[in-house]
Amino acid sequence: MEFLVASGIGMMTACGVYLILRQRTFPVIVGLAMLSYAVNVFIFASGRLAIGLPPLISDAAEGYTDPLTQALVLTAIVISFGMTAVIVMMALGSFLETGSDRIDTDEPDTAEQESKP
Amino acid sequence: MNHWIIAPVILPAMLAPFIVLAMRHDLSLQRVFSMAGTVALTLISLGLLYTASTNPPEVYYLGNWPAPFGIVLVLDKLSAMMVALTALLAVMVQLYAISTGWDARGKHFHALFQFQLMGICGAFLTGDAFNLFVFFEVLLIASYGLMIHGGGAARLRAGVQYVAYNLVGSTLFLFALATIYSVTGTLNMADLAVKVAQLPAEDAALIRVGGVLLLLVFAIKGALVPMQFWLPATYSFAPGPVAALFAVMTKVGAYAVIRVYTLIFPTDTPVTGLMFDEMLMPAAIVTLVIGALGTLGSVSLMRLVAFAGITSMGTLFIAVAEFTPQAMTAALYYLLHSTLALAALFLIADLVLDRRGSDDFSKPLPPIAQHGLLSALFFGAAIAMAGMPPLSGFLGKLLVMDATRGADMALIWTLILVTSLITVVGFGRAGSQLFWKSYATTTGMARPEPKREPLAFTMVFALMAALVLMTVFAGPVTDWLSGLSAELFARTPYIDAVLHSGKE
Repeated sequence: MEFLVASGIGMMTACGVYLILRQRTFPVIVGLAMLSYAVNVFIFASGRLAIGLPPLISDAAEGYTDPLTQALVLTAIVISFGMTAVIVMMALGSFLETGSDRIDTDEPDTAEQESKP
Repeated sequence: MNHWIIAPVILPAMLAPFIVLAMRHDLSLQRVFSMAGTVALTLISLGLLYTASTNPPEVYYLGNWPAPFGIVLVLDKLSAMMVALTALLAVMVQLYAISTGWDARGKHFHALFQFQLMGICGAFLTGDAFNLFVFFEVLLIASYGLMIHGGGAARLRAGVQYVAYNLVGSTLFLFALATIYSVTGTLNMADLAVKVAQLPAEDAALIRVGGVLLLLVFAIKGALVPMQFWLPATYSFAPGPVAALFAVMTKVGAYAVIRVYTLIFPTDTPVTGLMFDEMLMPAAIVTLVIGALGTLGSVSLMRLVAFAGITSMGTLFIAVAEFTPQAMTAALYYLLHSTLALAALFLIADLVLDRRGSDDFSKPLPPIAQHGLLSALFFGAAIAMAGMPPLSGFLGKLLVMDATRGADMALIWTLILVTSLITVVGFGRAGSQLFWKSYATTTGMARPEPKREPLAFTMVFALMAALVLMTVFAGPVTDWLSGLSAELFARTPYIDAVLHSGKE
């Protein structure tokens, strides 16, 4: 199971890094989402992997998993979800304003002239 | 427990939604409430600064949970100083934005401004590494909104780039925290300091990876090479007052480096040793050089100032990377100075831009209104930034150089002096082209009407006055700062305050 989780995180991170190096906003956003999924699983795994163990105290439990990492993952999920929403909106706004979805700020001179009529 | 410690976080956090929900259609109400909030924040932060300078570090246990389990806020001299600096800068920037009407050019300026303050103050006060991540996100999400305030294609496009860059940074931050947690089993900074010092040698590899990842994240925030690429575009396309407020945001990165690498990974930690120092120093030196070359190469005023900001971060990190109390004193003095000087320069650049219409100073244009006053202000702020006497930039660089009399003295001194010269040349070139060059169409043109913005000019003067005060009272300030560095390097006051002070 360790190998499966570790290689899953690795694959997802690799795909994410590849995608954020692309030139258009859509792959970049997908890449960022992949990276955030990878990191969520990674945080989860940092509390050690376990199957079928409860995080909270109960009389029937044989052992426990780390509840803190689950709380951390929850926070991280909420934040990365919100941030993805923000960048989608901004990319959309930028696409509608400039008519292109390139992420690099090429030709700063013309871009500046457009913005200050 | 002193409940005022959480006030710098709670006050803007309550005020911002209130502004959004209750007064979204009334700009003057927003101005009044937001200004009142910022002034109150300043008073509170000055009170906290006074408490912190007389007392040992104080801890605020959120929900009254004991230390390594619950989240804590810690008020020590460093955090109190940074919060006070933020609040003072915020008052000036906000009055400037109100006076020049920047806050009317888009929606929700004041709400975003308050959220930004909440994030910055929280990042300075928190004593928990994961909580630091959360406050980083708060300040970032507000900064995304502020950065694209006023709209425009170029600004939006630079904004998307900025957000993407910082999202990668946030992901790295989470990887770093999870790695550190997997080794130590804690994220409370004081507890981490204890646990990391006791780590066995076989855990060295993981904790080193975690430490380096964390350093990369703070390098993104602090615009340290090779992570500085976001800064010039972001700062030069951001609205002037927002860029001035962002002057303190790079210092959040510097603060985090100082806090984490003096408290958790001091140079005598067995598992890491001097490795962070050895990484930070070359990066800081390259940052300094790149920033200086950037000031020489830019043709737009805002971009020039942004590169000057990178130069100042380089100087700051050179002093930090020494990791000695004396160098830390110098670094903190330079930090205070460079924040104020950079903010002043951004505000002046914004005033010039507003009157001139074009940011590109290589284009000859008719003379601008209030030409003499603005050129004098630009001259003063440029001198402060470049580190020429008589202003505090000179003293700051002097302190930094005095503290770096080590093995690399020849290299560091040469580079600091040469980059200062390059910065002077860069600013001189910009200033002479902006204010002195013969103008394209002067004949037959009426003198431009001066814009009456007394408050905006007052704020620029206030920032300059703060620089003068820092110069005049350099002695007492550095004395106080050396007390601060002693407390930082002693480490035990902070750790004892968090872990061993009994619950009330």
